[in-house]
Amino acid sequence: MSPVPRAAPSQRQSILDARAFARALQRMAVQIVELAGDTGDLVLVGIQRRGVELAERIAGLIERAEGVAVPRGALDITLYRDDLETVGPKPVIGETRLPGDLTDRHAVIVDDVLYTGRTVRAALDELADFGRPKRISLCVLVDRGGRELPIQADIVGHTIKTRPRDRVEVQVQELDGRDAVDLVRGEGA
Amino acid sequence: MSPALGKDLIGLEPLSADDIRLILDTAEPFKEVSERPIKKVPALRGKTIVNLFFEASTRTRISFEFAEKRLSADTVNVAATGSSVQKGETLVDTARNLEAMRIDMVVIRHGSSGAAEFLGKRIRSNVINAGDGRHEHPTQALLDLLTLRDRHGRIEGLKVCLVGDVLHSRVARSNIWGLLKLGAEVAVCGPHTLMPRGITELGVTVFSRIEEAITWADALNVLRLQLERMETGFIPSLREYYRVFGVTLERLERAARPLTIMHPGPMNRGVEIDSRVADGPHSVILDQVTNGVAVRMAVLYLLAGGKPELADAAKRGAGAPGGTTE
Repeated sequence: MSPVPRAAPSQRQSILDARAFARALQRMAVQIVELAGDTGDLVLVGIQRRGVELAERIAGLIERAEGVAVPRGALDITLYRDDLETVGPKPVIGETRLPGDLTDRHAVIVDDVLYTGRTVRAALDELADFGRPKRISLCVLVDRGGRELPIQADIVGHTIKTRPRDRVEVQVQELDGRDAVDLVRGEGA
Repeated sequence: MSPALGKDLIGLEPLSADDIRLILDTAEPFKEVSERPIKKVPALRGKTIVNLFFEASTRTRISFEFAEKRLSADTVNVAATGSSVQKGETLVDTARNLEAMRIDMVVIRHGSSGAAEFLGKRIRSNVINAGDGRHEHPTQALLDLLTLRDRHGRIEGLKVCLVGDVLHSRVARSNIWGLLKLGAEVAVCGPHTLMPRGITELGVTVFSRIEEAITWADALNVLRLQLERMETGFIPSLREYYRVFGVTLERLERAARPLTIMHPGPMNRGVEIDSRVADGPHSVILDQVTNGVAVRMAVLYLLAGGKPELADAAKRGAGAPGGTTE
């Protein structure tokens, strides 16, 4: 990621502060358990980078509430992107680590922002190379609309309407020192 | 995103330290791909790669082929024997004919120094040097660097000695460039007749006795002794060579600390290296082979994506601190 200059404060709007962020994760954890019914075959797979941290947190919340162990994994979809030619290679490829064979498990993909759906498309392709889960669900912190593929999330922490030039910035404690979601308005859109 | 890596990979001499680190860092995640149940990712789907080998090679060719296939590229192997190369077709004609069949990359090994660069300037496809004469063998040096970094956690400040036929070795040349650029201390050791002139001007130490090299070094990269060197008078006999320069267990046991032992292969056991050393606990010779596939995947991946102007345009539209969208 290249450093992008911070936008002026007037263009930045808070979507979730730390407390709303925590409540959203709590709700998402409960909804995952309700969706799964049985937590025995649940696997949470976070998409690099911030999806990995979110999956870790949600898995922790489920473990505390239900008293069960929830395996988690990390997925880097860079090598499954359909736009290597246009964006150029990303030299910093994150770690991919999955807790064993996914066959007959219920895999829940966790990501920070759902936008065009192309990341999820790539993640579905990549997961298929690690086995045949009996079910794959999608759980995102923010759905900002703008889909380019027929993909939808099963569980959403927060939904917002955005324009193509807007940016949704998700920050997590582990990487950024605070939990927050901001909307940065792009110019001229 | 790939800053100075151009269209081709000809050698390590023209690369910056950042370029080399970029390749090594990119190789890291590719190691894991080879451990997956399905050892394949679609990154180079639809790319056609020709492995054009004018010299015999088993390890390097197979390593490139695995790297290409694990990235989902389509590959064709062309060996000098049994092709129109034997009928006297020139290098450029061969490549242009291949290019007319719409290929994307050429991996070339050739007996003449400069062959890869010559080809790269004349065709549009990416060219990767898999060894050209006595000039360079960049992917071998990159896998050596990756193996050293795995073992020692760093390259900077590491003392590495290349042992043997440095004069004729493209592996040595590429290693010297790569190690110096990443801040290692470099030495060479071998018979006077097999040391290139002027090597000390690069800042490389020369040891004439293997015992001195062993006392000094953290790691030895033992080069293959080309057996025909004896016939051409560079060394008196293989037995004599082993007696004076052989990397033996007895010699290593005298060192204060264990040395990491590397060899680019194929080994002449009992000539340049003792079998007990090659198979010993400090040998990373098979790790080098494993890392070779990952490093070649990284090079193929980085060269294949290179459309800097498009990358810049895409970066302006996306990418931000605090994780954005797709």
